[in-house]
Amino acid sequence: MGVNATNLLYLVTIVTFILALRFLSNPAHARRGNQIGAAGMLVAIAVTFAKSGMTDYWAIAVAMVIGGGFGAVAARKVKMTAMPQMVALFNGVGGGAAALVSLAELHRILPDPGRPKIDIGLAIVLSALIGSISFAGSMIAFAKLQELIGGRPITYAGQQFVNAALFLACAAAGLALVAGWQHEWLLWALVGGAALFGILFVLPIGGADMPVVISLLNAFTGLAAAATGFELESNVLIVSGMLVGASGTLLTMLMGRAMNRSITNVLFGAFGKVTEQAAAVAAGEGGNVRSATTEDVAVMLAYAHKVVFVPGYGLAVAQAQHDVRALADLLEAKGVEVTYAIHPVAGRMPGHMNVLLAEANVPYPQLKEMDEANPEFSRTDVAVVVGANDVVNPDARSNQGSPIYGMPILNVDDAQTVVVLKRSMNPGFAGIENPLFYNPKTVMLFGDAKESIVKLAHDVKNL
Amino acid sequence: MSHTTLLVFEVTILVLAIFLGFEVIAKVPAMLHTPLMSGTNAIHGIVIVGAMLVLGLPHKGPFTWAVGFIAVVLASANVVGGFVVTDRMLQMFRKREPAKKPDDASKNGN
Repeated sequence: MGVNATNLLYLVTIVTFILALRFLSNPAHARRGNQIGAAGMLVAIAVTFAKSGMTDYWAIAVAMVIGGGFGAVAARKVKMTAMPQMVALFNGVGGGAAALVSLAELHRILPDPGRPKIDIGLAIVLSALIGSISFAGSMIAFAKLQELIGGRPITYAGQQFVNAALFLACAAAGLALVAGWQHEWLLWALVGGAALFGILFVLPIGGADMPVVISLLNAFTGLAAAATGFELESNVLIVSGMLVGASGTLLTMLMGRAMNRSITNVLFGAFGKVTEQAAAVAAGEGGNVRSATTEDVAVMLAYAHKVVFVPGYGLAVAQAQHDVRALADLLEAKGVEVTYAIHPVAGRMPGHMNVLLAEANVPYPQLKEMDEANPEFSRTDVAVVVGANDVVNPDARSNQGSPIYGMPILNVDDAQTVVVLKRSMNPGFAGIENPLFYNPKTVMLFGDAKESIVKLAHDVKNL
Repeated sequence: MSHTTLLVFEVTILVLAIFLGFEVIAKVPAMLHTPLMSGTNAIHGIVIVGAMLVLGLPHKGPFTWAVGFIAVVLASANVVGGFVVTDRMLQMFRKREPAKKPDDASKNGN
């Protein structure tokens, strides 16, 4: 196939990718968008096969079957709760592929008379550097989320210094390569150093901050793909990579804002240290806590006009999504209006909680984002907090001394009554005291979240 | 086209893609941010084109062959996994109760 025909067909791929993202603006046709994108990817692969001068078709096909087979099986088997590590894994392999392509490119052009042009050299260095960081960082994120290694931040003295020195060394190697000191071993050293940097950079970041890390690494792989596009003079790689880069960047910023923390603080702050202090300070506080039985709460729910569920990751850990859905069905049958208020950082990646509830067949019009949910709490009879803690902590609004002060929260205390399902009075994941529990409006329903929900459903049914 | 002209052209496209990306992504509701991430994940699998070009290179040595082969394996895992997992998630987003509950167990083969 000629160059022009090839490039025009790659343009088709670019358009399908843009449509795929465009269709994601509405859950009603988001799935079709994804299918259009997949079709566009097939076009790109077919066009590349048909390109003039290609050889080794069999090797390409075999490699595709191996990789594609692994991807398909993993993607089909993964549980929705494990989605963050799956995204991290696929993200990492993409970054790894970009880094390998740049190694091969340098190997190909080096024997040529005359040095590679500066821009090609720069593209090779960038995709090798960013691709390796993304690969190694994603693998560590995967291992942390999969609990192959501890999720706690791993810190040691002089950590920032070691990371900075390593990164500068990589940057220096990159500059030397671009400036013309071109040896293959130098690029290998750069790839190795960048991979080590990726590992050291993600290790100190705690499990709760993973949403930010994953979106950032997603942006990295996109940038690496775009840089690869400059090496190979391929528009489809440049545009697609950059779309992903923009998306990952935007999501990273949104996540940071939802946690009220700067990106630098997330990446270099090692959250664990702050929270341990906060827990120690808060331990002495207290107040009156009202607890209730499931029968009491069932009556409250059944005779309410509007009930809002506020799910946190604890709900997913308890695997109680389906039971909440069953309870909501019973309430709706009694004429109660039920919605779900979802904080942007509920879950282990952006939008994770929505996926988990959708899996439990909750219709998506009932899933309300924070901005939509907050004005509604004042006309809500009962807000039911299941497995969430920090995202409903009023200290974020009013207590300047709180480590989460300034973080946007769901204002459940605007509701008539707040029911908090909780195992015990122990502080939550981040170890921060929550005055919501001592609010006169609040009743606590102690016990395992799943058991409590099942009992509630039983009691509502028997009313 | 001279190399510099091509480069300028590529940079133009790059910058336009940044703006386009921000515009399109800003319209995606927070509800769909996880599918957005896995969907864009699948899209950066386009690096498979680069990997195929490496492995399909004529007159290459064993080094390039091996690197290209691994790159194609990794990129295909990225592409297939990304699109499949996004599809699985998006099919769960429904307006109202579907006629019958999707049988995840049989579909997932476990």
